[in-house]
Amino acid sequence: MAATDVDVFSNEEKRNLSLGGHVGFDSLPDQLVSKSVTQGFCFNILCVGETGIGKSTLMNTLFNTMFENEEASHYQNGVYLRPRTYDLQESNVHLKLTIVDTVGFGDQINKEDSYKPIVDYIDTQFENYLQEELKIKRSLFNYHDTRIHICLYFIAPTGHSLKSLDLVTMKKLDSKVNIIPIIAKADTISKSELHKFKIKIMSELVSNGVQIYQFPTDDEAVSEINASMNAHLPFAVVGSVEEVKVGNKTVRARQYPWGVVQVENESHCDFVKLREMLIRVNMEDLREQTHARHYELYRRCKLEEMGFKDTDPDSQPFSLQETYEAKRKEFLGDLQRKEEEMRQMFVNKVKETEAELKEKERELHDKFEQLKRMHQEEKRKVEEKRRDLEEEMNAFNRKKVAAETLSLSQPLKKEKDKKN
Amino acid sequence: FVTFTRTRSSISTFEKQYVGFATLPNQVHRKSVKKGFDFTLMVAGESGMGKSTLVNSLFLTDLYKDRKLLNAEERINQTVEIIKHTVDIEEKGVKLKLTIVDTPGFGDAVNNNQCWKPITDYIDQQFEQYFRDESGLNRKNIQDNRVHCCLYFIPPFGHGLRPVDVEFMKALHEKVNIIPLIAKADCLTPNEIKKLKDRIREEIDKFGIKVYQFPECDSDEDEEFKQLDKELKECTPFAVIGSNTVVEARGQRVRGRLYPWGIVEVENQSHCDFVKLRNMLIRSHMHDLKDVTCDVHYENYRAQCIQEMTSKLAQDNRMESPIPILPLSTPDVDTEKLIKMKDEEVLYKAWSCGQESPNF
Repeated sequence: MAATDVDVFSNEEKRNLSLGGHVGFDSLPDQLVSKSVTQGFCFNILCVGETGIGKSTLMNTLFNTMFENEEASHYQNGVYLRPRTYDLQESNVHLKLTIVDTVGFGDQINKEDSYKPIVDYIDTQFENYLQEELKIKRSLFNYHDTRIHICLYFIAPTGHSLKSLDLVTMKKLDSKVNIIPIIAKADTISKSELHKFKIKIMSELVSNGVQIYQFPTDDEAVSEINASMNAHLPFAVVGSVEEVKVGNKTVRARQYPWGVVQVENESHCDFVKLREMLIRVNMEDLREQTHARHYELYRRCKLEEMGFKDTDPDSQPFSLQETYEAKRKEFLGDLQRKEEEMRQMFVNKVKETEAELKEKERELHDKFEQLKRMHQEEKRKVEEKRRDLEEEMNAFNRKKVAAETLSLSQPLKKEKDKKN
Repeated sequence: FVTFTRTRSSISTFEKQYVGFATLPNQVHRKSVKKGFDFTLMVAGESGMGKSTLVNSLFLTDLYKDRKLLNAEERINQTVEIIKHTVDIEEKGVKLKLTIVDTPGFGDAVNNNQCWKPITDYIDQQFEQYFRDESGLNRKNIQDNRVHCCLYFIPPFGHGLRPVDVEFMKALHEKVNIIPLIAKADCLTPNEIKKLKDRIREEIDKFGIKVYQFPECDSDEDEEFKQLDKELKECTPFAVIGSNTVVEARGQRVRGRLYPWGIVEVENQSHCDFVKLRNMLIRSHMHDLKDVTCDVHYENYRAQCIQEMTSKLAQDNRMESPIPILPLSTPDVDTEKLIKMKDEEVLYKAWSCGQESPNF
């Protein structure tokens, strides 16, 4: 899966034709634009920086609104990420803006694991998108893309160099997200100190191989301004939602006893540059880079982990279809085997139980037979006794009858004797 | 003689009652000027808080000409070092041997567990050394390297104290006088400063941290002094700004920071509390800091040490104690007599030099 733009027609013969009149496909960009306006846009910003460094204030200043926010405490046990989604509208353009805050960053005494929750969050958003992409029935056009498009890394204005935590964290993030480093609360650094500070920071980033986001210079329309802005990194910003009257205007500023720092004054700080670059010029490019570079890298790593390859051992390009089929077969085979095993087990168990039951049945039968025999035995005995008894009774009866007849016949005999 | 009889009649009743020990403060002053002073100041806080700049601003000198700052990469696993700078400075005949104890690396690593241990060890070592010296036989040239004060720099970027601040102060508050400061205060508007100070004072109370307390002023001080003292106490922790550069502001050359939107003057009291800190630290309370170190922190250490040793001795009679643990507090009778004699001598000499003939 190629991640960069490939000229699809490079292998074919190209012929340039000149048009005889106005055809009208020059309206294609407009059609695209109107479609995307109807769809609405989605942008996700991750703000990484220590507690109190000005992340919420800068967001409020950038988008000229008050996102609700409670002050964070310095005593969190670890770092956790707090995403908040807002629906903004300017002219007829809808923007679904998600701001992710790192709460507790930089507060712990041991900060070795501080970067982990951030990396995990970014990966989770990629994973969610990947899952949606791999679904059979997917609705990507409807999907709320939560992948982080830009990470604003807030550097404390010490005037010396990056902090060790900054270096470690940015190294872990640079391959996963577009990073724009900014110097926060820059109204505490004078111009000469700022110049040295910026140079030091950039040289530290370069010497440690940290890849920050470069404003694109391939598009002629914006290449000049982007190139000049690249030279101003990191941007030294000041944020404020309070308004101060300067001259006859009311501007957003910070009022000090010694002067007023105006947020939108380019000689005071780089806020305007940041807003230009982040929102007005390169927002779409940031989204593209996130999808085409960071997400693709994540996807490739993840799929390789799962066992997919782009080319098989014979260097023939595999199609995803084939790989998928193979994987599926394997998976189903596994499934079947497992089923077989389970079935075997089940059958065995059933047999065992059956045998047991049979055994029990037999025992029961035996008992029954035995009892039956006993019963018959008893019956016979009882029958015998009855017969005996009957015989006795008969004998008795006969004797009785005999005795009676004898007694009867005796008087007759006497009478007969008398007569004679 | 003639003079004597002539002035005798003009001696007022006041002079008749005047003994002369009112000159003692002058004597103390003179002796101390001769002896010179020493002061050890420790600065602690993360890198980039402006500690060196503030020290330079406080003592109007440049102590850190060629120091090397570490990169972020080198600081990932950095351990805390203790570096001493000693300078001898003089002002109007008063000599001060100033020692600044730096603690580079504090709070800079990724894992800062127990990063204050080298600092507490250092302070204890100085106490231990003084304890040995004090209990030794030859006590003529004891060098006092004990840390008299620790300035702790709290970053102004947060909402209050962070866990590392709390842990550090709790580890040190019974060993040294801690003065917490809000560093780089030019990043906060007056409202923000007030809010942060209130929050920090609250948290210091909540966590039971004992920072250096200004001594109560005597009841017979004048109202102005008392008012100043009260303001000073309500202003803590001081929000400071330092600068190594001199700028032109309001027609004067002052130490300050030049911004496109204005100039911050270090010594302007409406800009920051630098002047209050300097006055407190150097002009009025330097000696009190030393006293509290000697009388409270060192004594605590000493008592603890002795207790540990006696309990150990009770267990193991054979152990040789390098330090005599019999009561040393009362010097022996001969020495006391000698001291008394010498004092009288001094008194007589000074009095006779500064006064007319004694009125015996």
